[in-house]
Amino acid sequence: MKRALFDRLMAAKAGAVPAALVTDLGTGMQSLVTPETVEGAFGMDETLLRLVRARIQADRSGIVEEGDDRFFVHVHNPPLRLFIVGAVHIAQALAPMAALTGYAVTVIDPRRAFATDERFPGIAVNGEWPDDALNALKPDSRSAVVTLTHDPKLDDPALLVALRSPAFYVGALGSSRTHAKRVDRLREQGLSDREIANIHGPVGLSIGAVSPAEIAVSIMAQITAVRRRDRD
Amino acid sequence: MNTSDDILSTAAAWMAEGRKVALATVVSTWGSSPRPVGSQMAVDAAGAMAGSVSGGCIEGAVVMEAQKTLQDGEPRMLSFGVTDEMAWEVGLACGGKVQVYVEAVE
Repeated sequence: MKRALFDRLMAAKAGAVPAALVTDLGTGMQSLVTPETVEGAFGMDETLLRLVRARIQADRSGIVEEGDDRFFVHVHNPPLRLFIVGAVHIAQALAPMAALTGYAVTVIDPRRAFATDERFPGIAVNGEWPDDALNALKPDSRSAVVTLTHDPKLDDPALLVALRSPAFYVGALGSSRTHAKRVDRLREQGLSDREIANIHGPVGLSIGAVSPAEIAVSIMAQITAVRRRDRD
Repeated sequence: MNTSDDILSTAAAWMAEGRKVALATVVSTWGSSPRPVGSQMAVDAAGAMAGSVSGGCIEGAVVMEAQKTLQDGEPRMLSFGVTDEMAWEVGLACGGKVQVYVEAVE
């Protein structure tokens, strides 16, 4: 790979721009494709370009054949995102675990005592109200949202935004009883039963988790299952 | 950790230190290969590696090929699998097949 193209790829990644590095497996020549641009060693006809961009959209790297030519399309999408509402003890275990799994993590909590950089080293901490924060961060189809505060004042507004977003996973901490009350409140606030049914609550896989770290494992496992089960 | 982001960042950091770097990328798989298409590994001239292209079965062989690529500048397509003639040395214990593209960043 030419150093200049490598640098362009790194710049795309730094700017969270979806991109694909396309390698002509016959000649070794390469070009970088983004939703807006194409640059590099070889031009692409419309058909190939469309196939490459479809693969960016589908987040699917692989070999594309066109006539006798074979191209490897390597998709580099921005990382998946996880928004954790509640800078609580479980969040302190879940945030680094999710980062290790490849997620860009943001912990949201307007309570100053909880949302400190000291409690979440290396993790983005957001001190806005959860609904304001999520409205600004705009969860998309590559985002997961987990509420952990137990406090309806904080969890409910977050869920109202998350459940109306394309987020692929929404989870809410709380026992079955707590969850039943939450469902009643959300229904009163105008969410449909169908929207409410998208909440994973009680959150996490049922593995008998007790400690905050174990609960974080069960949540991360559930997010992974939702993300991966329907693919490949 | 082993996300492709980190591999490329590691490669960039190595190059900033003046080290030559080759990238090895899984371009196709069949059967139960352990790492998906797009998985990457960075290799320097001394044989240091970051990332993975299998569960540890073929990385040693890939490092050797990557070092050749760093010497002659030629990209290489490597194939590994149980039906491969190299199977006795570096076959995949899982029974899958994998193709790895090796290139220098220059």
